[in-house]
Amino acid sequence: MTNLCEPAYASDVPSERPWSRVLRKGQTLRIIDSEGQQAVDALLYAAGDPSERYSSQDTLRVQGSAYVELGTKLMSNRGRVMAHITADTCGQHDTSAGCCSCESNAVRFGEATKYQHACRENFILELSKHGLTKRDIVSNLNFFMNVPIDTDGNFTVVDGISAPGNFVDVTADMDVLFVISNCPQVNNPCNGFNPTPIRVEIRDPVA
Amino acid sequence: MAQTQQDIEAHRRRYEELRAAGQELTPKGLPKPTALGGAPIASDAVIHREHVPPGWYTTIRLRRGEALRIIDESGRSSVSLIGWREEDTSERINCADTVKVQWSAAISKGRVILSDMGRVLLSLIEDTCGAHDLLVGGSTPASTQAAYGTPTRNTQENFLAAAAKIGLDVRDISPCVTFFAPVMLDAKGRFLWKPERKRAGDFVDLRAEMNLILVASNCAHPLDPSRPAATGAVTLITHKVTSPAPDDLCRTASPEAARAFTFTERLFA
Repeated sequence: MTNLCEPAYASDVPSERPWSRVLRKGQTLRIIDSEGQQAVDALLYAAGDPSERYSSQDTLRVQGSAYVELGTKLMSNRGRVMAHITADTCGQHDTSAGCCSCESNAVRFGEATKYQHACRENFILELSKHGLTKRDIVSNLNFFMNVPIDTDGNFTVVDGISAPGNFVDVTADMDVLFVISNCPQVNNPCNGFNPTPIRVEIRDPVA
Repeated sequence: MAQTQQDIEAHRRRYEELRAAGQELTPKGLPKPTALGGAPIASDAVIHREHVPPGWYTTIRLRRGEALRIIDESGRSSVSLIGWREEDTSERINCADTVKVQWSAAISKGRVILSDMGRVLLSLIEDTCGAHDLLVGGSTPASTQAAYGTPTRNTQENFLAAAAKIGLDVRDISPCVTFFAPVMLDAKGRFLWKPERKRAGDFVDLRAEMNLILVASNCAHPLDPSRPAATGAVTLITHKVTSPAPDDLCRTASPEAARAFTFTERLFA
């Protein structure tokens, strides 16, 4: 699990901020929850044709179960594997809860929370750098976000279990535009009610 | 912005109160399922009636103040649905917000389907079944190839064809809701199919809370184990309904639903 080769790229992503970069096929993105309990929302698009993009429903159908974990294949809307999870020191990730938005915050937590920064604001701004719009935002991945669904269907965002330094590795199976929102949510436990920085590292395949 | 310990504690307290309301109080107040054969539609309320054969799709324009009844005549069908606000198709069904805001992946009579803009797109005003899927989605070329050994007509291609005919494309196809699709989870999060929750004649009534374009696809759900594919014709009836009153069962189901209705009504104020 420990990869000793130096990253070809590394960057700290401040709390509440977006990030994006193209991963070449075979490259591995390591997302590090630097301080723990920090949800990282993510979207993937095929770099050559972004109308092919990550699909949560295809991913869950192919897997046959509800959570993202070691070995999960991240499927596109065309039924292709875009990337897969190759290491995971946390063990609990979601792809059913979507991203927070000003609009859904107002419904969930009251209208005053409409004026708080949200993941969809990050996604809209980051996607605009790549010619993409709100139309292109689909149901995303939420790394380090703990959303158990019980046998009655109860669906709850609960305290994250990721400790400082926990990481997940995502290895690209095609050239993908990988877009992150370091989640600004303060109204539920996905960030321990206190958003913090994360770190991203990209490594080339071992020759 | 760094949160103070006081902020954190206040937010945690509010979250716990909302969760208790959403998962303990709200479910107790939800109505019982509609009886099979119940909730008749007055003949002068019917706008249009259509039968959709197995494997096919149809596109429905549904105005605010109208409802769509979807009837699974045979008890063997599942119907996948996507939809957009007519005046701005970037606003669309959002399955993630629907389950997250209502604290439940199980929707039934009294629940709502939300758009990505914090508004109510559809209200589930009648429902005999209460077993619908928002997590797994519809069939695809790959899923039918895997299930039946050959690719068959499927929901993903139906959605593409329907979207193209109204000037939309693959970018506009969101995760879908599938009615009469009893997908449950076991304790480890694996999906299970519960066929005993499907009956001939099951129906839902979906009331439009804004002007909508909907696409319904009548294809076997990818988790339905029936071979050959479980299919039958479904009947769609668009009909006129009364506007939601202040005591409307979907509006009053939860504080979250009440807020979503308020935000929706501002579109028409």
